[in-house]
Amino acid sequence: MRDRVWIVAGLLLFLAVITYPFWHGVEARATSQPPVLVLPAHEKECVAPISYMRTSHMKLLLDWRNSVVRNDQRKYVSYDGKVYDMSLTGTCMKCHEKKGFCDRCHEYAGVGTPYCWNCHVDPALAEVKRP
Amino acid sequence: MSVFSSLILVLVFAALAYAGGLAGSSRWFMGVILPYTAILVFLGGLSYRVLRWAKSPVPFHIPTTCGQQKSLPWLKWSWLENPQSKGGVLLRMALEVLLFRSLFRNSRAQFLDGPRLRYGEEKFLWLSALAFHWSLLIILIRHLRFFVSPVPRFVMGLEAVDGFFQVSAPQLLVTDVVILAALLFLLQRRLRNPQVRYISLFTDYFALFLLLGIAFSGVLMRYFFRVDLERVKEVALGLVTFSPTVPAGVGPLFFVHLTLVSLLLIYFPFSKLVHMGGIFLSPTRNLANDSRVKRHVNPWDYPVKVHTYAEWEEEFHDKIKAAGLPLERE
Repeated sequence: MRDRVWIVAGLLLFLAVITYPFWHGVEARATSQPPVLVLPAHEKECVAPISYMRTSHMKLLLDWRNSVVRNDQRKYVSYDGKVYDMSLTGTCMKCHEKKGFCDRCHEYAGVGTPYCWNCHVDPALAEVKRP
Repeated sequence: MSVFSSLILVLVFAALAYAGGLAGSSRWFMGVILPYTAILVFLGGLSYRVLRWAKSPVPFHIPTTCGQQKSLPWLKWSWLENPQSKGGVLLRMALEVLLFRSLFRNSRAQFLDGPRLRYGEEKFLWLSALAFHWSLLIILIRHLRFFVSPVPRFVMGLEAVDGFFQVSAPQLLVTDVVILAALLFLLQRRLRNPQVRYISLFTDYFALFLLLGIAFSGVLMRYFFRVDLERVKEVALGLVTFSPTVPAGVGPLFFVHLTLVSLLLIYFPFSKLVHMGGIFLSPTRNLANDSRVKRHVNPWDYPVKVHTYAEWEEEFHDKIKAAGLPLERE
């Protein structure tokens, strides 16, 4: 073809765009280290094993929501037999806070803001704002 | 036959990846060596193909179009189908690349009782192709969240739009549904339409099954057997920052996905899938039809040595005269 300059320019542009993660990673000195989360001092156990919570906490939260909102069942018996109150604000956020816990991983992995916060507030934030 | 062989091949690859994802040493191969090989083969192969095309001679201006060329003022000029300037070509190319305008003209022939031959419109191929390609593009851009840290804002915005319906958690993404539906439609079209089935080759089915396998494993990984995203991001970021790691937390399903994607990238430059680059080099789409305005001379024409009649007559002047034959010049 006669438009060799255009073809090569287009190819170079494509290569530059497609390798964006590579040169951005080098430029931003990105590391593959995930965020280090601060675990609560006063609790040793979560409501489910850590491997389950890592992959499926959203499913657990949805199950809790359905159970509470639709069936009025608030008792959750965990894998080790402990009984918890099914409550995002009361149980989960007693140990974890939104900014330091949820948001860290969600921002790192680009999960976005789930619609938990359409209704719930971080109790830590709510207390600060109270006059 | 090629349907089953390609399906079995993809399933075998997926099964191998699944089995390898459980064991130790093959994880390094599938998580590091294969992806790097795939990226190199993809970029190198695609560049090679495009540069080869760039070298191929196009001595003639090819004005094959489906609209009226610019002509006399009282003939209606189809300026979009038959552009005369570079700007018009740019517009035609944009419509071709972004909206598959050529495919929109797709028609089908049908035998009705009688027998009667009927030509009709066939827009579903165009529609499903468009749905598939656009979903794939959006899904690719969404995947930047694994490869870039911090995640760019436009990626998050795109994902928010994609998850507009806010169904369940992890949020249902519309493109995931659309890409699977479009791929399945394209597959059943190949299988059910006898004419299309007759001309379908192994490569047609293999590409479809590979893409279906990738989409399906991705959907399984997101909605059904959820994986540890942090570990997945570690793998992806490790690849792009040249410090590859394969942490223990990533499940075998992730390796199925990654291996199928790597295979697709490796397969890409050697298959019909290079139409991604080829579409830009379609001479009937990217050349302005200005052959009535501009004289196009073959760029590698050299002065040909000719022997004219006048020269010939000059050479044999005496002999012709002696034979009594008429001469043009005395």
